[in-house]
Amino acid sequence: MNKRLTLQAGWVFIAPSLFVLMVFFFGPVFLALIMSFSDFDIYSLADIDNLRWIGLDNYFKLVQTPLFWKALGNTFYLAIFGTPLSIAVSLGLAMALNVKNAPFKGFFRIVLFTPYVTTLVAAAAVWHFILDTRSGLLNQGLRLLGLEGLDWLGDPHYSLPAIILFSIWKSFGYNMLILLAALQKIPDELYEAATLDGANAWQRLLHVTLPGIMPSFWMVSLITLAGYFQLFAEPYVMTQGGPAQSTLTLMYFMYNEGFKWWNLGTASATAFVLFIMLLGISVLSPKNEAETKP
Amino acid sequence: MKTKMQFSWFSTAILCFASFLALAPLFWMVSVSFMGPEDTNSLTPPILPSKVTFENYAVLFEQQSMGRYVLNSLIISTCATFLALSFNITAGYAFAKLRFTGKEKLFQGLLMALVIPGQLSMFPLFFMAKNMGLLNSFGGVLIPFMASLFGILMVRQYALSIPNEMLEAARVDGASEYQVFWHIVLPNLTPIMVTLAIFTFLGAWNDFLWPLIVLSDDKFYTLPLALAGLSREHVQDHGLIMAGAMVTIVPVLLIFLILQRQYVRGLLAGSVKG
Repeated sequence: MNKRLTLQAGWVFIAPSLFVLMVFFFGPVFLALIMSFSDFDIYSLADIDNLRWIGLDNYFKLVQTPLFWKALGNTFYLAIFGTPLSIAVSLGLAMALNVKNAPFKGFFRIVLFTPYVTTLVAAAAVWHFILDTRSGLLNQGLRLLGLEGLDWLGDPHYSLPAIILFSIWKSFGYNMLILLAALQKIPDELYEAATLDGANAWQRLLHVTLPGIMPSFWMVSLITLAGYFQLFAEPYVMTQGGPAQSTLTLMYFMYNEGFKWWNLGTASATAFVLFIMLLGISVLSPKNEAETKP
Repeated sequence: MKTKMQFSWFSTAILCFASFLALAPLFWMVSVSFMGPEDTNSLTPPILPSKVTFENYAVLFEQQSMGRYVLNSLIISTCATFLALSFNITAGYAFAKLRFTGKEKLFQGLLMALVIPGQLSMFPLFFMAKNMGLLNSFGGVLIPFMASLFGILMVRQYALSIPNEMLEAARVDGASEYQVFWHIVLPNLTPIMVTLAIFTFLGAWNDFLWPLIVLSDDKFYTLPLALAGLSREHVQDHGLIMAGAMVTIVPVLLIFLILQRQYVRGLLAGSVKG
């Protein structure tokens, strides 16, 4: 009797959120899959009878669109160069924060975390001026060092590096805190034993630090990679995808396809390409996590 | 011993330099927001305003109806917070502590669904909002904030630490499951409720893509939408944009500074999987 009551209570407790997730999350995801196999456009929007099942046509159309490949290329550029740089900065600073007896660590931790908390769009608007060719802070600083300033957001060669620079600034704080928490769990004795065995700093990093933080290291790497895959607001605010489509990301392409041109079939197909990519990333993780778990 | 000292000074130097780089953009934002056009339009704008002016803020609130956007953002973020609390807490607790048929399978399913990016549901959700008459309304913006996988998992993780004996004792005393939840569980979940509230409030405050899709009438704009519009239309009006960025960023920084302990707890909880 008592057990049956508990059964019911559990379902009552999860019912509201389960209902909402079904209607507003899983349902739409399923519909998106259907839309990607249909010719959903502005005409079927007016009259649903115009909707037709067209199989993989949207996906064929997509791979024949040069702009899609451009966007995919830009997105891979961001992910391939941005992820290691972001992680290197985060790990370096986490290790600096983990040094014993260093003063003001609590203060540094808060200060370094600040950029992560700021509103993305507002920070992007601020950086738009910082990266300004003529009077931006970055070029002013470079000139101070005797270097020539670059046309960061106006030259297709530098626009993606500029966005990576901004993304590193914006997001390293999160990775840093996660990695720091992992670093603090490595017992001092391990380092001492390694030192006694004659390991130098580099060997200690390779054989003590990295294995010790592997699960967290993987997790932040994958989250960062996924973040670069889904980049949208940064180019939307700073470059509007330009110059010469050099900062058009996959998400931005999808947004334009869907809400600017109302090609919802190809837009949904793009969404699923993105999904498959993210799925690919997540498949990488659990195996490694299981291997490195003590 | 000596090398250890050197090591800590080396790391302090790195941390100082990194902190400078982290704060310089924000410092400049503050500074430029108080500059007049004679400073911002000069070839090399000064680091500090030659004459402090509140002109940018005056224009922002008097001509760009910034007050309305602040109010919109406040309303949306507050409603989102209450919605998230009312939907996620009970579910998180049930997954942690209650026994019901199909729980394990359901939970595994939700864990797997974490991979699905929210943007995938964007287009159908847009048409659902349209059919429900929720386009161009706060209600439309709030849809994704009701229940979230992330919220449920965060609450579950925390609720696991509630001792079973405590719940059993109340049940033996004849309390119903709802009384147990209301009188025993909820008070014990206060810390994670605060954390979930902070995350939802900041998430709604900072959200961009979904409001951009749902809201086309600028009288419903949130701060990020207004700011994105401002920085596209008034590209050369740097002082104005920086003042707008200030109005958007300062509240979230204050919340973070006041509640950092709860914030960081949520961050680290999110990093622990299932």
